[in-house]
This record gives sequence, C-alpha cells and structure tokens, in this order.
Amino acid sequence: MSSLVKCPHCGLRPREEFTIRGEVATPRPDAGADEALWFDHVYLRDNPRGEHREYWHHSGGCRRWLVLTRNTLTHETSDVVDASTLKLGERA
Amino acid sequence: MTSFRIDGGTLIDRNDVRRFTFNGEVLTGFGGDTVASSLLANGKQLVGRSFKYHRPRGILTAGAAEPNALLTIGRDGRRDPNTRATMAELFDGLEARSQNCWPNVNFDIGAANGLLGPLLGAGFYYKTFMWPAAFWEKVYEPLIRKAAGLGRASYDPDPGYYEKCWAHCDLLVIGAGPAGLAAALTAGRAGVRVIIADEGVQLGGGLIAEGSPVGGKPADAVLADIIGELHALSNVEIKKRTTVFAAYDDQVFGAVERVQKHLPEGEINPHRAMERLWRIVARQVVLATGAEERPIVFGGNDRPGVMMAGAMRTYLNAYGVAPGKRVALFANNSQAYQTALDLEVRGIEVAAIIDPRTCPNIDYDGKARLIAGAMVRDTAGRKAIKSITVRHDDGRDEVIAVDALGVSGGYSPIVHLACHRGGKPVWSDAHVGFMPPENTDGMTPCGAVAGKAGIADCFADGGVAAVKALAELGVMGEAASLPGVEQTAETVDHIQPVWHVASTKGKAFVDFQNDVAASDITLAMREGYDHVELAKRYTTNGMATDQGKTSNVNAIGILAENKGVSPGEIGTTTFRPFYTPVSFGALVGASKGMDFQPVRKSPLHGWAGRNGAKFVETGLWYRSSWFPKDGETFWRDSVDREVNTVRTKVGICDVSTLGKIEIFGADAAEFLNRVYCNAFLKLPVGKARYGIMLREDGFVYDDGTTSCLGGNHYFMTTTTALAAGVLTHLEFCAQVLWPELDVRLASATDQWAQMAIAGPRSREVLSKIIDDDISNEAFPFLAAREVSMFGGRLKGRLFRISFSGELAYEIAVPAGYGESVADAVMAAGEEFGITPYGTETLGVMRIEKGHVTHAEINGTVTPADLGMGRMVSAKKDDFIGRVMNLREGLVDPDRPALVGIKPKSPSDKFATGSHILNPGEDVSLANDQGYVTSMCHSPTLGHAIGLALVKNGPKRHGEEVVIWNGLAGTTVTGILCNPAFVDPENEKLHA
Ligand SMILES: [Zn+2]
Repeated sequence: MSSLVKCPHCGLRPREEFTIRGEVATPRPDAGADEALWFDHVYLRDNPRGEHREYWHHSGGCRRWLVLTRNTLTHETSDVVDASTLKLGERA
Repeated sequence: MTSFRIDGGTLIDRNDVRRFTFNGEVLTGFGGDTVASSLLANGKQLVGRSFKYHRPRGILTAGAAEPNALLTIGRDGRRDPNTRATMAELFDGLEARSQNCWPNVNFDIGAANGLLGPLLGAGFYYKTFMWPAAFWEKVYEPLIRKAAGLGRASYDPDPGYYEKCWAHCDLLVIGAGPAGLAAALTAGRAGVRVIIADEGVQLGGGLIAEGSPVGGKPADAVLADIIGELHALSNVEIKKRTTVFAAYDDQVFGAVERVQKHLPEGEINPHRAMERLWRIVARQVVLATGAEERPIVFGGNDRPGVMMAGAMRTYLNAYGVAPGKRVALFANNSQAYQTALDLEVRGIEVAAIIDPRTCPNIDYDGKARLIAGAMVRDTAGRKAIKSITVRHDDGRDEVIAVDALGVSGGYSPIVHLACHRGGKPVWSDAHVGFMPPENTDGMTPCGAVAGKAGIADCFADGGVAAVKALAELGVMGEAASLPGVEQTAETVDHIQPVWHVASTKGKAFVDFQNDVAASDITLAMREGYDHVELAKRYTTNGMATDQGKTSNVNAIGILAENKGVSPGEIGTTTFRPFYTPVSFGALVGASKGMDFQPVRKSPLHGWAGRNGAKFVETGLWYRSSWFPKDGETFWRDSVDREVNTVRTKVGICDVSTLGKIEIFGADAAEFLNRVYCNAFLKLPVGKARYGIMLREDGFVYDDGTTSCLGGNHYFMTTTTALAAGVLTHLEFCAQVLWPELDVRLASATDQWAQMAIAGPRSREVLSKIIDDDISNEAFPFLAAREVSMFGGRLKGRLFRISFSGELAYEIAVPAGYGESVADAVMAAGEEFGITPYGTETLGVMRIEKGHVTHAEINGTVTPADLGMGRMVSAKKDDFIGRVMNLREGLVDPDRPALVGIKPKSPSDKFATGSHILNPGEDVSLANDQGYVTSMCHSPTLGHAIGLALVKNGPKRHGEEVVIWNGLAGTTVTGILCNPAFVDPENEKLHA
C-alpha cells in the first residue's frame, strides 16, 4: 500500500494522514430506486486483485474526501482525485 | 589469560582503555572495539549456548549477520537482550552476559539436550506435543516456553528517549563500502541532495578491513581522503550507525539510527534520543549493501573458533585481534586467500588452506600448505576447536591441529532491500548466489550486491550506478575514480558450490541460531516438506532473529542438491522488513507514558480541578466524573448529593467535550434535512432541535441538538464519543454524496467552553450574569441564541436544552473565558446552593429521565426501538438511512425496544448487561427477551432503576420479568415500566 499519497490539494503527504473508508461503492441510488440497488450500494464490495478504487479521507490534512485508484497487486497508485468529481466531473 | 591482541587495527585507539564485564568477569578493550572484538582479544571464544541443543558457540562473523554471539547488554531499564556482540560498541563500564545457559556458559545443564539430538530433529515439537490435548496448557506449553526464547526483556521502563523523523533526499546511498562511497562522491560532486547511510560505526565497509594498499596508498589513508571530501560537501548527509531496514512503497525507506546506544550511562544526554527511527523519502536509491560470506555445512562447523574467513580479516586488520595462533582456512573461492596472506603478514601460522576445487588456479604465494580437492569433514575440541579432520580427494582422512578455522563458502549478495517490495532475487550460476531482481525501479544495485568483488571493481561500479541514478534525476554526473588505480578487466572468481560436505561425521549446522542441521532439512524433504517455504517452517531454518542471513542460501542449496535441480528452481523465501531487528524503543518513539496518546482537557479542566473533581478518561478526554465534598468517602455519596441538589436547587456541569460543528451555506438547512432522519428544513432562527442521525443501513448513528443561529448558520452538537466520526460522516455527505449543495463545515469542539446549568433555580442563577431577558416567555424551551453577558463584556451562546429533565440551559463561551465564566456561575449560584456535578450525575439523571446514550445507541437500534419512531419523517423524499430503515427486519414489532426496568422489591439490585427472561422460563437464547443497557441507583426514587431493550417492551409496562445475571449467577424479579422515571409529563423542562 502507498506510503505517500499525492493529495490533489496538499501534495505528497504520508499515508498516516489519511483514513481509508473502503471501495468506492455504486453511486447512491435515488430514494425511490429498487431495493436491490440499495443493497448493492450499502453492502456489496469487491476485493479485486488488481486495480481498486477507494475513498481516502485526508483527515489529518485538508479534510477532503479523495478517490484513490491503486493496484492491490503492484501497490502502484495511478490516480488521486477529489471525490466530488465523481458527481460533478471537472467542475469540482 | 592469553591475549590475542596484536599490532595494528585501523579502528581502535590503544590510548583509550575501556573496562567491561563479561558474565561478571572484568576485562579490558579499547575505544573502537566491538564487544566481539574485545572478547576475542581476551581469548573468549566461547560466548553463548545454542538455542536447542545448548552447544557451545563462538563468534562467527564481524557484522550484522551474527547468529551466535547474542548477548544481553546493560542492566535495569537499559538492558538489551539478543544484542549482537559484533555490532555492539564497547564502552567503559559495559556489562555483557551470555544467554540461554544455566547455571553458566561453561557448564550448562541444558547441554543434555545435545544428547537427545536424535529426538529433537525437525518437526519434533509438532510430533511430540500433539496429545493428549489436555496436556497442552498445563505441561507442554510451559515446557516449551521455558526451553525456548533467547534473552529476556527487562521489566523496568527504559529511561531513554526515542524519536521518529522524516528525511528527504534526491539520492539515498545504502551502504558505505567502496561502491557506496563512490556513489555518494559522484552524486555529491554533481550537487544533488545525498544521504549516505551505513550500519557501521565508520564509513568504509570493506575498505576498513583492507590490509593491502589501494593505488599505492594505504587503504585507511584512501578512506580518510574520501570521507574528508564527503564531509566537505554540504549537500551530502552522512548517517553512520544507521541501518536501513526496510524498503516501502513510494521510495520510502525505514532506517534506525543508534544515536547514544554506544555511550556509558554517565555520558548519555537525556534530552537526546537513544535511537532515532527515520523514514527517508528518496527520489533515487543506490543499493550498495555488499555481500554476506556464507558458511560451509560440515561436521562440527559450529565449534567456537570456527569463523568466517572475511571476519578473521576484519578482526585482524581493523581491530588488531588474532583469530588464533595456528589457523586453517576452508574456502571454495579465491577471496579467502587474502585472509591467509594477511594472517601470514602478521606472523600467524596458517596451517593449511583446504580448497574443494581441484585446480584453484589462484596466484597465492604465501607459505601455507594448499590442500586442493579436499574438504573439512569434522572438527574436534570441547569448548573450542582443537583440530580439524580433512578428507582428501583420494578418500584419506588427515587430522590437523588448529585453534581457529576460517570458512568461506562463497558470497550471498545482500538483496533484502531490493526484494522488500515483492521482487524475487535471481539465481546466478556464475556468482553462485541470488542476485537482486532485474527490475528494481528507482534503485540501482552496485558493488558486491551486484556481484562485483574487490575494492577497485566495487568502487568503479558505485560511480557508474550513481551516474545512472543522476540521469534519472536529469542531472549529468561523472563517475568518481580512485587515484592510482588502473581499472582492470573484470574477472569473475570461479566458485565451486559446496552446500553440504557429504563425508560429514558430526552434526553439520545450517542455521546456527535455530540449531537446524543438514539432517533436519533432508528429514523435512523425506516427510514431504520440500517446498522452500514449507521446509523453512518445518525446520525453522531462517526463522531466528538473524532471519537466516548466513543460513538461507545453504538451506536452499541442500534442497536443490537433494532434488537434483538448480537453487534457482528452489527459489528463496519471501524477504520482508526488518533487515535486522529494530528495538521496541525505536518503534514506539515518543509514544510512551503520558505521551502514549494525546491528552484532551476541556477548557474547564482547571475549574473542575479547583472544585475537587475526580477525573475519568473517556477516549482522549479527561472528564470530571464527580466532585466529592468533605466527609464523602464513597463516590455514590457525592453523586447522590449532586443529583438531589440539581433536582431541588441547581447544578453546573462541564459539557465542553460534546462535539460541536459549525455549519454554513445557502443549502445548510437542506443538508441537515438530509443527514437527520427528522425534519430540519423549517427550523427557525433562534431555535434548537433534537436530531437523530441514521447510518445508511437504517440504524441510529448518533444524536444531538442542532440550533439555527442565523439564516445560513447552524450549530450542531454531537455525542463526545462520535465528535470526530460525525464530522467525517458529514464531510463525506457534503463532498461525495451531495457536492452540489452549498454547505461548509468546521469543527468547533475545542473553541467553545460549554456548561450545563440545570435545576429549578437555574434561571435565577443565569439571570445574574446574562443581560438579556431569559424568562420562560422570552426564552422558552428549545430557544437558542447569542446573548450578552456581564454587562456587555462578553457574548455567549445560550441554549435552553435539558439532558437532566430539569429546567436547564447550556451556555457556551469562547474557550479562554470558560473558567472565569464557570467561576462566575458558581458565585452567582452560591445563594441558591449550587453544586458542580460530573458525568456520573449526568448519567444518573439521564437514566431517571429515560434519555438514551451510546449504551442504548449500540449500532443495532432504530429510532423506533428507542421509542422515537414517530420522529422519522414520512414526508421527506430522502435522507441518510431512509430506505434501509424500512426493511422488513427493522420494522418488526417484536424487535427489542426501550423500556424502563426496576426491581420488584426496592432493596434489590441488578447489573447492566443482565438478560431479561419471562418468569418460569429456562435460561436459553431462545427464551431471551432482551437485556439491561443502563442502570443506576436513583437517589430521587430511592432504589435501583434501569433501561433495557426488551422484545415488544413498550407494550409490556407493568409486566413482571426475571433479571438474570449469568456472571454473578443471580436472578432478581423486575418490573418493566415507562423509561421516564422522573417527570414523564415534562413539566419541569418547560417551567
Ligand atoms: Zn489534502
């Protein structure tokens, strides 16, 4: 796992400043959505061998939620973006 | 006692005589000595007993790989067990003791294990201590524990200070032998930021022990020139006594620097670290860790006096210590011949060089007798070697009397750091060793770790490696060169692998520290554990504190030989941090004692202390739990008085630890509406509202009040325990789920001192310090707004909320004003009989009132379970937890729900955690009706009361139940009731 994380706001920072929430789940369904979508969103998580997208919170820094893409096999981190971009795109 | 100290020794200072004790005996050495070199100088070849068979053991190496010479050094809190004598610097007054022997190293009872040798082979523990199962706890485990283990840790606290640091550089050079020095010089001259780290006391590595001139100059003079230049380069940082022990992701390296471990007690600066744990971030790395000389596996190869040939050379040239008076060498390579030459130069007799190669083809012109095509098959001597038995190529045996034997079975590149990130080393037939992985991204191996040999080749290779690393950094560099040294064509020594001397007679050890013999490895193979990872665990080869530095490759070789394959096909076990053991002190750093974790003190901590508070740790906080008065000897005396005073008069309680979050933004109301399950959209300015926050899975997460202080400004309070968790959750909601909402969050927990003033006289007390009208009409229940205090000198935030059920307020003032405001409240309340009260009283009053905390909000309850089902909005389209809260299992009417409980007989008591059963039913999970979540003695009612989560509880008020305490083995008859024991009509609140 990464020892250093490149926060898009703070730059390269030690892993200890971050808190990991887990896999980026499916988007939060609409209130009226099918229950199956809700179960998937709330409970179902993958544990892939390879590329993995996770929520990392820069809890000891800027306190922004980030989406970090890392390879569980090679430990390579390929991308770190502010998590608001998931919904807002580049506007964030 | 014969002295083995002779002339020379580049590292020692003969004017600096140091006294030390070894097993109580006073000995002397010199400044610059290690404990190992000074023991050898004093003729102490026997330094310890082996782990399993308690065989006599001596010093094998002169460095970090030492498997035998593990001593306990120091005393009391500064006692370090399992210290390698070869790495410990000698200081005046040092105390060293042998380990694993009783009553002493010379006469050891456990040596009887040696006679049981045939029984104690690989897998012995697995096979013997299997049955009967009942024997495990009482017989086998204590027996194994007594026999196992090396040194013992001290029970005294270490008085030393330890610290952790970060360092950053362009190029990290690991190892300061010829290759590392050349790399550091090359990069240093190019101007980049360089850190060069070496585990040794002095830079130099192989140069330190080099007896021959380099480029026509003495080796130590060449070394001094290089070190002088490095010191002069301000961009080069030299870290001596620093072991780089791990390579982590993203080019972060772990290192431990031994700052003051080599100093006598009186010279230790208490304000400086004993050891420093470094994390070094390097853009590029040059790996110049060298190679480990391998022992050869033959009978009696563990007898004291058997030593690595290269270690002999180091003791001779660097410490001026003769390994013996009549020495033999057993080597399958040509480098060991240099040891023979150096011994002879110092006048030490070299009795023979035994070389398994039939045609060694080396240019050795010394006096020693060369026995080619031969092997050492056995040694003799009780506590030290007396002779060796050589098996000639014609099958004839010859006994040669010696008092020391130098061994060299080839060289294993120290590839650990190149493999910590998952790389697998690659076998090389030419080098007879495992080389660094081919792809070591950002790391360039050079020198002996890359298969080079000799000062000149290693130095040249270091320069080349640095130029390559510099190019990666976009910097041009020119490889440093050694003056006067002509670069010769690189020659690879022909090494003949010898994994195990076939004609061996006695026990032939592979792993000295764990007492694993060649026969154990072949036994493991016969029993099917022939995979390298299985063989390791079955035999424990390589599992000792030295992690098999001298044994792993030989074990792999023996496996390969027996299977008829290349060692490359067997492969290595996995390399993991740490390269060498790191002390707990260094890993703990400053986090010990009161610095183990941060201490959070409320802004009212000093006030509470002055009023006699007893504090309790809750998480990081120290909260005032009760305030004993004179004559009160038992906590309940104080708590009962505090409760009665608040219920009849008035009290003040520090509630500053509650989480406080400022919420701003045009969409703040909409945001709150979505994170709470109850409605918040229409909360008017100047009003507080109790809110319940659900998790997305529909269960209750936290509760608290949120007040609207202005159009786009809200102030939220959370429970103390979840202050950080709720903020993180809200940030997730604001940033990830609904980034389109205009909302900003800021923690304000530490910025405000907040106190509850509760009791029927609370309004009268506050009226004396608050300028605004706070009558029931002007400031009704749930009013919340900024007020002027002390004649306009201070502004505070006043909330009319109540956890106790009394007429109550909470007043928040900027933290720095907290103590003086609390003092002012106490002074204003004096005429009404005010009392400070703590968390115990807070707890009693909330139970009396039927208010819940995290004892009830335990992660498995819904708002309906807590009797607040009607708060969950049916009108709102969406909020966190809305959909999942409607799941079938979460709306089941039979779910355990909040109910009050009291003993049928008022004198009976019961305990939190007790289970509820219907009268007459057996104690079983199937019959379980629920459990008591909270209980206390109610001073208001005069008997025990509790809250419980009971199946269908709210419909069972008045029902008789059994309160079963399985731990105490008691049962009490209880009655279920309304959880609001006091003022169920809420008249006091609204007074
Ligand atoms: Zn950040």
